Amino acid sequence: MTQFLSLLLNGLSLGAIYALIALGFVIIFKASEVVSFTHGSLLLLGAYSIARLSGTLGFLGAVLVGLVITALAAFVVERFIINRLRGAPVISLAIVTIGVDIILLTELIRRIGPDILNVPHPWGGQSVRIGGIGITQNRLVAMVVAGILIVLFFVAFKYSSWGVAMRASAEDGETAALMGIRQGRVSALAWVVAGVLAGVAALFLVGSPTPGVSSAVYATALRAFPAAILGGLDSTGGALVGGLLIGVAESLAAGYQENLLFLGRGFGEVVPYVVMIAVLLVRPSGLFGTKELTRV
Amino acid sequence: MSEQTVSRPAGASRSASAPSRPATARRRGSVVKWVLVAALLGFLLVFPLYFDEFWLRTGFAVFGAAIGAIGLNLLVGTTGQLSLAHAFFLAVGAVSYTYISGESGGLGTRAGIEGLGLPPVVGMVVGVLLAGLAGLVFSPIAARLRGIYLGVASLGLVFIGVHVINTWTPVTGGFNGRAAPEFSLFGFTFGNSDPQLFVLGVPFREAERLWYLGLVLALAAYVFARNLLRSRPGRALQTLRDSEVAASVMGVNVQAHKARVFLVSSMYAGLSGVLYALSIGSIAPESFTLVVSIQYLAMIVLGGLGSVGGAALGALFVTALPLLFQQYADVLPLVSAPGQGGISAGFAARFLYGAAIILIVLFEPAGLAGIAQRLTSRFRRGRAPARGGVATPPPEQPGSAPTPSDRPAQGSDTR
Repeated sequence: MTQFLSLLLNGLSLGAIYALIALGFVIIFKASEVVSFTHGSLLLLGAYSIARLSGTLGFLGAVLVGLVITALAAFVVERFIINRLRGAPVISLAIVTIGVDIILLTELIRRIGPDILNVPHPWGGQSVRIGGIGITQNRLVAMVVAGILIVLFFVAFKYSSWGVAMRASAEDGETAALMGIRQGRVSALAWVVAGVLAGVAALFLVGSPTPGVSSAVYATALRAFPAAILGGLDSTGGALVGGLLIGVAESLAAGYQENLLFLGRGFGEVVPYVVMIAVLLVRPSGLFGTKELTRV
Repeated sequence: MSEQTVSRPAGASRSASAPSRPATARRRGSVVKWVLVAALLGFLLVFPLYFDEFWLRTGFAVFGAAIGAIGLNLLVGTTGQLSLAHAFFLAVGAVSYTYISGESGGLGTRAGIEGLGLPPVVGMVVGVLLAGLAGLVFSPIAARLRGIYLGVASLGLVFIGVHVINTWTPVTGGFNGRAAPEFSLFGFTFGNSDPQLFVLGVPFREAERLWYLGLVLALAAYVFARNLLRSRPGRALQTLRDSEVAASVMGVNVQAHKARVFLVSSMYAGLSGVLYALSIGSIAPESFTLVVSIQYLAMIVLGGLGSVGGAALGALFVTALPLLFQQYADVLPLVSAPGQGGISAGFAARFLYGAAIILIVLFEPAGLAGIAQRLTSRFRRGRAPARGGVATPPPEQPGSAPTPSDRPAQGSDTR
């Protein structure tokens, strides 16, 4: 029972990180109709910048500059590529983000090489025990920070003028534009917010129990894709639920690996995709996604 | 590669303008085309007599990749179903071939590996069929998903595939992979000897033999895909891409056609996977990762979505580039051998095709095929300046010159 609760808690904390990534993914999709395959390498960029800068700027400075770099990269992609392709087919847009991803990821992998860069989190690598349930401090902080950010995000999304503008243009772009909402600005801001969220996720994703920044972080970041998809690409709440679901499923599968040996070692890493395909079989638009209607 | 893009606007304008085009221009165009095709074929046929093993091996890899790219293009370019699962179907083909035609057992690490030891032709055919079957099994899921959901869902297949290859050691060789058996056809082996073979004094060893195998299969794949696109089902698939509603109103069975195109595309991928195993000589999990899927996507985007010849061109570009960089690392600026400070060949190639994808989508959505078509149409029109915008130019549309009268604009081609 304690093992189950411990796995559940660890899964939720991992899921909170996935939810941050998936949330960025979803708001980009809502604001600019782009499925951003750049997100994995953006996250790696954030992790790499934080790790590299923390020697000179100290931890806090490195985190701030790292977040700015990630947000800036997302902004540049939006301004110079996505914005020029307004109205292009969804597949072309997805493909162009894959192009950006290839370049960014290649450069980062070239720089990181076979090394594992360490990020000196002030909370270190210790674990704490809460009533017999063990969790690393890093994951605990991650859960708290992710929780605060997600609440902040939902409040902003609901009440701030940016949130209203974004929901309006996601609902009906043309009408929103006629009402004086500048879609370019909405879309750019969405990318920046998504970049920041990815940067924060990167900060916690490379802390314990993960050893540090290596090119394997990219594969971890990719597992937020199924989270966004199974929640429904255009649903922010779905991204949250999807993230938590994927995190818990992965953690449980990894924890009970001994009982699942017939599925092979390392099955936990595949579980997010299995869950996603299973959910999509039942609900093709994800759990909370808007059903696509065809009108004649 | 002077064949036209089948992307809708260009294709539509061509068929619309064909009757009004003067016969002389048409004849000149087709003569030029056939001369070019014959020259290309002749070149490919005598290639092994003049070039050494490196070029032949590169060529064989390109033929294999071209088959896979043509298959993916049928799915993504023609039917508009974004799929990132291509590496998975390649893996099904490659693994089936090595399992069916490979031998069981061996010494040391190979002790747990099984194989059926059937003739390689059987392995190839069954590999292709199994890949097709895998595509067919996935197609009900695919048919339910629209556009981008399919793209990400198919991403899952790749990870599941790699996991299976890593785990299912008796069949796949597990993490370390296993050697792929040599190909042979009714007693004629595609190895270095047995039988010894000389053509015009040139020894025909493995590389030369495989070159012709690849050439024949790639040509067959090319012709089949082109004929498919010009047939009734091909038109149905293109309608499906443009509008599913319109297609079903026209009497196209949407689900059935999606399932069929998945079947055909994965069979192409299976064949490509078999050729890949032959060209590398072994299979391993890292040969079928997401990177491979993305490479195939890069090929068809560079070549031009929907164009069969374009897919082959894209395959040439993406496959040959890293090999060329590797071969000429010391000559090229910035590129260097691994561990010497500069950018290694693989990375340099990835930078280049990553940038190429972005530029193509931004400035020339019809890809290399679009550029080629514009060049040939300019040639056919007697070097009249080609008109048309950046996106899918209508190069053969006579109406691109202003026509005040309502007569068909005859003669605008012979300017």
